[in-house]
Amino acid sequence: MDITEVSTSQDGKGKKGKKAKKKSAEVDGEGSAGEEKKMVKSELAVAFPPAFSVSEIKNKQRRHFMFMKLKQEKRKAPPKEVPKTIENQRVYDETTVDPEDEEIAFDEGTDEFSAYFNGLTNPKVLITTSDRPRGRTVRFCEQLATVIPNAHVYYRRGLALKRIIPQCVARNFTYLMVINEDRQVPNGMVLCHLPDGPTAHFKVSSVRLRKEMKRRGKNPTEHYPEVILNNFTTRLGHTIGRLFAALFPQEPHFVGRQVATFHNQRDFIFFRFHRYIFKNEKKVGIQELGPRFTLKLRSLQKGTFDSKYGEYEWVMKRHEMEACRRKFQL
Amino acid sequence: MQHDDVIWDIIGNTQFCSFKVKTKSQNFCRNEYNITGLCNRASCPLANSQYATIREEKGQCFLYMKVIERAAFPARMWEKVKLSKNYEKALEQIDENLIYWPRFIRHKCKQRFTKITQYLIRMRKLVLKRQRKLVPLSRKVETRERRKEEKALIAAQLDNAIEKELLERLKQGTYGDIYNFPVHAFDRALEQQDQESESEEEEEEEEEEDEREFVAEEEVEESDLSDFEDMNKLKTSSDEEEQDESSEEEVEEEMEVQMKASRSKGKSPANGSAARKKRAYVEIEYEQETEPASKSRAT
Repeated sequence: MDITEVSTSQDGKGKKGKKAKKKSAEVDGEGSAGEEKKMVKSELAVAFPPAFSVSEIKNKQRRHFMFMKLKQEKRKAPPKEVPKTIENQRVYDETTVDPEDEEIAFDEGTDEFSAYFNGLTNPKVLITTSDRPRGRTVRFCEQLATVIPNAHVYYRRGLALKRIIPQCVARNFTYLMVINEDRQVPNGMVLCHLPDGPTAHFKVSSVRLRKEMKRRGKNPTEHYPEVILNNFTTRLGHTIGRLFAALFPQEPHFVGRQVATFHNQRDFIFFRFHRYIFKNEKKVGIQELGPRFTLKLRSLQKGTFDSKYGEYEWVMKRHEMEACRRKFQL
Repeated sequence: MQHDDVIWDIIGNTQFCSFKVKTKSQNFCRNEYNITGLCNRASCPLANSQYATIREEKGQCFLYMKVIERAAFPARMWEKVKLSKNYEKALEQIDENLIYWPRFIRHKCKQRFTKITQYLIRMRKLVLKRQRKLVPLSRKVETRERRKEEKALIAAQLDNAIEKELLERLKQGTYGDIYNFPVHAFDRALEQQDQESESEEEEEEEEEEDEREFVAEEEVEESDLSDFEDMNKLKTSSDEEEQDESSEEEVEEEMEVQMKASRSKGKSPANGSAARKKRAYVEIEYEQETEPASKSRAT
């Protein structure tokens, strides 16, 4: 019975009818309707001519079925939309680094950090402050020195940076870090890569010393930490990322299980220092030790520190750069 | 000519002098031609006909002398003498210009000149040293930046990011052999084996492989079990002996038994499809050591 019915409508319908006929031939009896539905569903995606509407189906049963399906789909919830975030809506920056870009690879092979990345130099950091540092800044410097391996803190006796730099170079320092203080609180950092490297000036905020941190672990050990650099996408960000990476020695001690993170989010660089432990291959526990602070890049200058005659690669110009909320530099 | 005493009587003691600044212990004189800066009978430029001062202008010192005959023309009253930049020569100049003048004025002029030269020297020295530049902060900008930083911190989800990165590094094998979490490696090996067996053999083998995979997946999900580690060890041991069929089956049976024992939670499969979905279940089956294929499973 089924077979004959289907075959009469077949002439009117073409493709669809043929397929329905085939399937109904296979299955028997009352199960056919259900099976038909399934098969029809799977064919639907493929077999529809574009200007098709439900009312054109001559077969009442099938027409009814298609109509019910349409109604159901309308009643279904719309697909969940992806919420807009600032990161989603970020204005595309044309200086974004493509991982396979040869020009950038070549640049990085020949820039000031190439000596470090080729393993020729070991980092040696000199940490100092501005004139007359107060307690908080001094403690911050000490804690930084425990976090960064091979770092030395020196008291600044009112010396000019331009005089300090040649002395540092003579003693094989690779980095000079000056923490600027204002009203007993550190608020700026000048990071100068020494053998004529770039100088970056940052604004430091939200400094949290070790004793102010909740649930922190014991003091960091002498093992070299690993480094995580997140979200440095543009050319400028890449340079800054390499600047941070060159602070730490190339071979981290995995035994120490310590990791220093520089995470860039919306042009704020968050620094955290953790100790991690792998509970199993899918879970890791981290415990924060060490100071935390956030940096915001103010200017990047080409040579060593020279505020008057230096060549600035990038300077933060608030009116131009902060006008658009979706545009970021790093 | 000028009645100094009368003037002093009026302005110094009784009536008002607009240049006088009174404090608790002392009186000061704000007149710019005053030589000492205090309000005294001998220091008041208005109450003395014979008066002289030293003033400096843009680093140059001048000796000013009061010519009382021109008291009617105050703008032209003071005579200006430029002093030399050499300290000793300037002192001689002062002496030579103020010859026959009262001792007090001569002395005070020289004192004032010394002080002025000293502070000029200090100014020049300071310019050479490092100068602190005060940069004004705009309050609005600062609050804005602070807010942005807070929002960025929330958006960053640092802990998650760090954990993800560390797990990535573990997966990629940057840590080498330090951590023994071999499950992924063995899964990969299993898959390889599956491919090999599919190409060669029949269904029985495939079923076995499937079954083994099945078991592995379930295990991973149950990470809260206390005997997870034991099961892991068992699993690894079973995987190591992949070649040996009989041992396989034994181990499998052990595992099945274990699973049944630990998972008597009453999660029953509705039909065969639940078993396929890799959920915890209680399998009611009668198993024999040599033939694992003969299981009641709806395909």
